[in-house]
Amino acid sequence: MNQNTTIAALATNPGMAAIAVIRISGPTAFEVLGKVFQPYGGKKLETAEGYTILFGKMLDNGRKIDEVLVSIFRGPHSYTGEDTLEISCHGSVYVQQELLQLLYRNGSEPAKAGEFTLRAFMNGKLDLSQAEAVADLISAGNQTAHALAMQQLRGGFGDEIRKLRTELLNFLALIELELDFSTEDVEFADRGLLEILVKHIRGVVNRLKDSYAMGNVLKNGIPVTIAGKPNAGKSTLLNALLNEERAIVSDIAGTTRDTIEDVLVLDGMAFRFIDTAGLRKTDDIVENIGIERSFKSIREASIVLYLFDYESFEKGEVNHQFKQIQDEANAHTLVIPVMNKADKLDSIPENLPKNTLVLSALNKTGLNDLTNHLVQYAHYGKPDGKEVVVTNARHYHALNQSSLCLDQVLRGLELRLPGDLLSADIRDALDALSEITGEVTNEEVLGTIFGKFCIGK
Amino acid sequence: MFKEYDVIVVGAGHAGCEAAAAAANMGSSVLLVTMNMMTIGQMSCNPAMGGIAKGQIVREIDALGGYSGIISDKSAIQFKMLNLSKGPAMWSPRAQNDRNRFAEEWRMTLEGISNLDFFQDMVSGLIIQGNKITGVKVGLGIEIRAKAVVLTNGTFLNGLIHIGEKNFGGGRAAERAATGITEQLVDLGFQSGRMKTGTPPRLDGRSLDYSKMEIQPGDVIPGKFSYTDTPLLSKQLPCWMTYTSGEVHDTLRKGFDKSPMFSGRIQGLGPRYCPSIEDKIDRFADKERHQLFVEPEGWNTVEVYVNGFSTSLPEEIQFEALKKVAGFENVKMFRPGYAIEYDYFPPEQLQLTLETKLVQNLYFAGQINGTTGYEEAAGQGLMAGINAHLKIRGEAPFILSRSEAYIGVLIDDLVTKGTEEPYRMFTSRAEYRILLRQDNADFRLTERSFNIGLAKKDRLDAVKEKYMRVDEAVKHLKNASADPNELNPYLEAQQSPGVTQRVKYSGIVARPQVSLIAMKNALPSLKDHFEERNIDDNDLTLAEIQMKYEGYIKKEQEVADKLGRLEHIELHANFDYSALKSLSTEARQKLSAIKPRNIGQASRISGVSPSDISVLMVYLGR
Repeated sequence: MNQNTTIAALATNPGMAAIAVIRISGPTAFEVLGKVFQPYGGKKLETAEGYTILFGKMLDNGRKIDEVLVSIFRGPHSYTGEDTLEISCHGSVYVQQELLQLLYRNGSEPAKAGEFTLRAFMNGKLDLSQAEAVADLISAGNQTAHALAMQQLRGGFGDEIRKLRTELLNFLALIELELDFSTEDVEFADRGLLEILVKHIRGVVNRLKDSYAMGNVLKNGIPVTIAGKPNAGKSTLLNALLNEERAIVSDIAGTTRDTIEDVLVLDGMAFRFIDTAGLRKTDDIVENIGIERSFKSIREASIVLYLFDYESFEKGEVNHQFKQIQDEANAHTLVIPVMNKADKLDSIPENLPKNTLVLSALNKTGLNDLTNHLVQYAHYGKPDGKEVVVTNARHYHALNQSSLCLDQVLRGLELRLPGDLLSADIRDALDALSEITGEVTNEEVLGTIFGKFCIGK
Repeated sequence: MFKEYDVIVVGAGHAGCEAAAAAANMGSSVLLVTMNMMTIGQMSCNPAMGGIAKGQIVREIDALGGYSGIISDKSAIQFKMLNLSKGPAMWSPRAQNDRNRFAEEWRMTLEGISNLDFFQDMVSGLIIQGNKITGVKVGLGIEIRAKAVVLTNGTFLNGLIHIGEKNFGGGRAAERAATGITEQLVDLGFQSGRMKTGTPPRLDGRSLDYSKMEIQPGDVIPGKFSYTDTPLLSKQLPCWMTYTSGEVHDTLRKGFDKSPMFSGRIQGLGPRYCPSIEDKIDRFADKERHQLFVEPEGWNTVEVYVNGFSTSLPEEIQFEALKKVAGFENVKMFRPGYAIEYDYFPPEQLQLTLETKLVQNLYFAGQINGTTGYEEAAGQGLMAGINAHLKIRGEAPFILSRSEAYIGVLIDDLVTKGTEEPYRMFTSRAEYRILLRQDNADFRLTERSFNIGLAKKDRLDAVKEKYMRVDEAVKHLKNASADPNELNPYLEAQQSPGVTQRVKYSGIVARPQVSLIAMKNALPSLKDHFEERNIDDNDLTLAEIQMKYEGYIKKEQEVADKLGRLEHIELHANFDYSALKSLSTEARQKLSAIKPRNIGQASRISGVSPSDISVLMVYLGR
């Protein structure tokens, strides 16, 4: 708990809304916002009085992101007791995220669970009798955050970070080895190799960082392709999800000849649904073009819902088609087999493809199960995904910090800085990664040294 | 027979000597009780002081007004500044010492302190009334009263020496073990454990062939530990280096079945960084040879110490293996190496003052706390002596923070995290090591020590004058500019690009290839400037460090200041953590057991998360 930082976070519920409020609080709140907010009418943020509102634009390197209202609270006359600014922005998830990232890049940190309230309490803005409630809030918030983080760490992301951290730790151990044990008979690290290692680690950190595709995904939605044989009920499913008759639905096989898109917001995340023409061999030229497009949209999707019904499962077509789609889809794409028309079944057949969801688009049953899967993916990526995607803002922030520290290490290597200074920068990078995986301790460094090298006279 | 003392110090090793001297110098009446007056200030293991991280501790002890630095300087036979090719935070002074002279200097120093008395006997029991210590009982049955007691028993508590399959009680070779204290403390509710350490054989230097070894001389221009005017070495003795071989390893392996380490007879955990030779062969089997350092034990003795050959294998195996080492073919052994097991008390049972949590006015310092090393022991002894004195005078405790001193790191680590193996200091244990340099220990600590009445006024004045000169040098280098005609020849010689117009000296000093002293010697105008102001090379070295590493020093200082605020938020010792349900279960248990002094210390306890700290702060009403 460090009250010296300036924190920022969404004050309204996440997800789409008419407007959203982002709150910034801390000693440098004005400085942070001043870098990216330009009030209209020649007014100045830094001289604005408390309890006033400024209208202006939020700029990312000159690019306008949104027009916003900024409410000004000068400490101690604010919720937290610190200088606080509240940005009322337009409510799209994309805008919210862009603005938050912009603030994080310009000197503020993501607020932890309950942190605004904690600060309010620390600054005497809340009654002492509220102490317990605040404490519970922090501890509960932390548990939720922890549970979330753990869930994310179980996937490929955690493995990747742990691997990186171990590499960095080994690198630090090599540096520490030559500092604390320079009188020992051990081989010290070749600076050239160290540089290659740091560059590699920085490369991975940057790749992870760049995979933080919130911007892109939020702008356009996570692409979900619905694919399957003609008449499997793809359009019905889409309509059921969207609750409106968007796609043309008919009993004539091949009604949907073009891909149709629509956006649905679930749990604050936008999903871009793409209905495709049915996959079958046909002589109809128009429909063939449609099928080609279907394959293209499978390749571009993050999630593919492979839809089939009991009839085609009976005919034994499903496994073949499922495999065909999996082959077509990208490695990081999640392909979910979905058996439709459950309303026509008495019982769920055995030997369905693994993890098949069973639903009825017509009766709108089983849809919750499906939307839960979609939201899970949005938060955590593909369960067994090899291609790792960063989805958590705090993780992104940590990776960004780590990357900056690694830049510093590389500069140090270039300037041939002594090991104790290099080590200081590596520790900073490790600390940043530890925000994701947990503690780094000196014991760990020493343990690595003692485990690997013959030390001691 | 005895008056009531202010402080009784039990044991006269590095910790005991520093503790006794500090308390007495601050004005307490002190009794130093030792089992053997002839072994005051004994170096039990290698005849050397300092080394990486340890040398920094010796400098800190000196800056605080302790004696380890002065005595090391007076008894040194060789001096080296280690790690000079690394950054200044890593420069580490180390000396080889004359073992006998070191002990003699300690005894003479202690005898020179008028309110310090001595008594030779074994302390066999502690006198405790309520939960407070009031004296000790010695072997002769005498009870001696004191307001505070510092225990510095080293390896003597139930010490058990192992050589091969033989083992016998003892605190050091040819010295008996101390008994009684552990049992009494355990009865009082203390936890105790066993640790293990070892020492190599001592050899007859006349039997060695030095022509087969590599010479290891001291520094051409030797330095020293103390900031006071102790003399510099005018002559030095070299050490020698040789290696083990496959043949040596094979011979040693023949004794493995009789090794107390491998047979499980030794229960205590030994240090990973100070392994026995058998351990090294066993764990790093693919390593063909290991370095051995042959270190003379003093100016006037033929005895040598074989650094790197610590062992508890049977003596005949030791002897046989030594004979196969290059240069040792005709070796004569003065005495074999051995391992020793001893009692320690897990240091989480202490407060940051080194006073025990269970018994008031009882202090522990040195190996009894699970540490290893003369320097670590001396640092704790000094702090225990200071705090015992302050406590009985009702004054505020003296605690060094992690950003102030390695001694602060040492004690905080011990008390907050405990230790499983003998704890040795490494620079990597200190998160602020760029601040904790050997060059600035006086800047960091002398004033602190003066304020509690230990460091003398003249010492503080000297520190202040020195840093005024350093500041003046820095100011000049930052403000004055160099004449290209004068500067360029020097830069050219350093293969550093020349300048076309007048530039500030500071810009030039920042260049990695530039050494301030060499530059000054090459530029008459600069040289004259400094000479006129009595700014010497030592001052310039400090100025150069400040300037070259300014960014890093500043950054670390900022982090230290930021986190330092947490150290000022105090936690009451009888704070009821079990009542705070918002804390995690683990945090509740750990906090109740360790009773941290402040939020900063609490945050370093493993198992206490940042959100636990937030919860604590909420309850503190912050």
